[in-house]
Amino acid sequence: MPYPASMEESKRKVEETRPKRLQKGPAERIPAEERDALVSKFHPDFLKEQFRELKIGPNRGSRTPLEIADLLEGNSRIDPDKIDLNKVDHDVDVLVIGCGGAGGAASLLAEENGASVLISSKLRLGDANTIGAQAGTQACDRPNDSPAIHYLDVMGGGHYANVPELVEALAKDSPDAIRWLEELGVNWDKEPDNSYHELSGGGASRRRMHSCRDYTGLEEMRVIRDEIKQRHWHKRDIDWLEFEPAIELLMDDKGQVAGAILMNVETRQMSIVRAKAVVIATGGLGRTHIQGFPTTNHYGATADGLVLAYRVGCPLVHMDTMQYHPTGAAFPPQILGFLVTEKVRTLGAEVVNCDGEQFVHPLEARDTEASAEIRECKERGKGVTTPTGEVGLWLDSPMIEIKRGEGTILRELPAMVRQFARFDIDIRKEPMLVYPTLHYQNGGIVIKVDASTPVPGLFAAGEVEGGVHGTNRLIGNSTLDLFVFGRRAGRAAAKWAKEVKPGKLTLDHVRRWRREIKEAGLEGAPVSPMLLPNYARTERPVPGFQPLGQVSSYTPFGDRAVRWI
Amino acid sequence: MAAVSEKVQMVDIYIMGKHYQVPEGLTIMTALEYCGYNLIRGCGCREGFCGACATIYNFINDPTIRYALACQTVVQPNMVITQIPFFPAAEALYNVEDLEPKEGENKLTELYPDVLTCFGCNNCTKTCPQDLEVMEFVSDSIRGDYQKVHEKSFDCLLCGLCAARCPQGLQPYNIALAARRLRGAHIAPKSQHNLDRIKEIQEGKFDAELKKLKKMTKDELRDLYAKREIEPAL
Repeated sequence: MPYPASMEESKRKVEETRPKRLQKGPAERIPAEERDALVSKFHPDFLKEQFRELKIGPNRGSRTPLEIADLLEGNSRIDPDKIDLNKVDHDVDVLVIGCGGAGGAASLLAEENGASVLISSKLRLGDANTIGAQAGTQACDRPNDSPAIHYLDVMGGGHYANVPELVEALAKDSPDAIRWLEELGVNWDKEPDNSYHELSGGGASRRRMHSCRDYTGLEEMRVIRDEIKQRHWHKRDIDWLEFEPAIELLMDDKGQVAGAILMNVETRQMSIVRAKAVVIATGGLGRTHIQGFPTTNHYGATADGLVLAYRVGCPLVHMDTMQYHPTGAAFPPQILGFLVTEKVRTLGAEVVNCDGEQFVHPLEARDTEASAEIRECKERGKGVTTPTGEVGLWLDSPMIEIKRGEGTILRELPAMVRQFARFDIDIRKEPMLVYPTLHYQNGGIVIKVDASTPVPGLFAAGEVEGGVHGTNRLIGNSTLDLFVFGRRAGRAAAKWAKEVKPGKLTLDHVRRWRREIKEAGLEGAPVSPMLLPNYARTERPVPGFQPLGQVSSYTPFGDRAVRWI
Repeated sequence: MAAVSEKVQMVDIYIMGKHYQVPEGLTIMTALEYCGYNLIRGCGCREGFCGACATIYNFINDPTIRYALACQTVVQPNMVITQIPFFPAAEALYNVEDLEPKEGENKLTELYPDVLTCFGCNNCTKTCPQDLEVMEFVSDSIRGDYQKVHEKSFDCLLCGLCAARCPQGLQPYNIALAARRLRGAHIAPKSQHNLDRIKEIQEGKFDAELKKLKKMTKDELRDLYAKREIEPAL
């Protein structure tokens, strides 16, 4: 038995309450007025001391999480006076920074629209949060659904802070995004009548989540990555550089974005890319571990794109709202914070407390669900404590097979079964212990419907941009965002590249930034972009040694009691 | 909680042959970090989805080679560890649009003729950190059974370990990738309701309603949202 004796009694209560819960059905949904009060009292976005106002840049005065404010106001990694911009290493139409789903889609569309494309990838091509997306991609393509219904769900979920035009684009492009991926070779789950197998999700009023088992993002990413490679090998004008993230954007003397400086993170060599248009698609920021939360995010999710854009004067929106996924693993410690897909609840699992009681509807919007969990543990003391001091709640997965029949879990959730089986937990028979985990940046770079930013020549797509999801994103709309705005960014960047009259390259914006930092007394800020977290334990570093990433106070192994001892 | 740290046992491990001691319970990936390695390659999603951290290990007193994802495997005493962050496996050149197979045609043996040299040693299956039946889907690809390859290989992370260990130099994970793309694009049945909706959207069927919604105040939207009908989960 993998669960320690101290958790067994509570686990037994979960088993005992199953027949009653089955009879009673899911908990009541929380009315709108109560929901706002709950969220503002318990959600991490509302802890005042965890935020500060930015002192410099286009969002001066905006409330921002401490960890992100430090990076946005960080020092450049380069000295502009020591860089010769006459020596250009790569000359292209469109530079795409980041290659998850959004960067990949942008690259393919830019190439199709006649642009030469270079992709800068910090890790391997396709190493991104996309690959870990499990649940699915929303698209309003069933007969009882429509872009208008999808629109209302997104606005309500996002607390009406969304930009209406962006939400309209998201909903209207969604069926075509599914078709596009299928034509590239994505294998969507289908029903016996050939229609898409579509599930519901938190905050969605229709079943519109398209899935590929619980490896949806993996399937999307491996197809897109392969398509990029195949086009390159077919001598089409698309290429990529792995382990070479951008560390600064280049501008021209007309105030247009005109390329970037890349750094090979293995050799620490620099290269200069001149580009007529730049698409930022660097994804999110979970590895900054806001408020010390564990994260579901991949190793490179360090807010780099926000930093690059901010330094050329691009405004950000809703940076004070993060998404804490309601079901991060709280046990065993080796997988602390890992994503337990919302699809588990969609299929019928309920979240219950230490006494086996439901305290929240399993499909509330994510901020509401997470807030209810935090309240259940912190205010009501109904959480379950693990031997390493984590507190969590039960996600009662065996209910899925009680409701839907034996075999459902293995068929729909093979990744989840495998992940927990590695630690001797059989989620078909036993519940999982979960707690909110840092998952997604709701806001980001300001964009218009064509994914262009207020800075000429700069485009942004995917998690790095903001406004689409308001202050709370719904399940399945993140991967949708990648392909809707990724494709739009690719098209628009290619068009811009055809029309723009480039000026002379300059790093004056970095010089200006340095002055602003000095005037604001921020010279002590860390260098940014962060590039990678540094989890290496350094007991006795060589004096003067400069590690690549920012040394993290967070230890990736969940056992906080051990803390590297 | 201090009691917990006092109880922690240390285990001996060997990173590329070099001896270190780490607390028990760490994954291979966090053990590397505990030993002071700031990872660049060999680390991706850290959740078992990306295949970046393919790892080979055995034990000081047991030379049998074993395979794992570093982020998903807990260190054991006397483990000798090395990572394979990249493997130079070849990939066939194709255009997915042109992969539609005609009756009796096997696109997979056309793309990967060497697959016929598989002699069934089963090393690939033994290697797979996802426990997939790799040799079986290699056989399925020889028979041109795209559906079976798709089903059996679907959870593949493309870590490359199967190719690294194949004595015939085959690339099972790339063969399966081609098979799945071919199936998704050409064999999977089309979903007409999706194509119909795309057409309706292009024809502007929903534009008036969206225009109305976009003009609504927050309070009007809130009211509509609260009253909206919610379809049962299924």
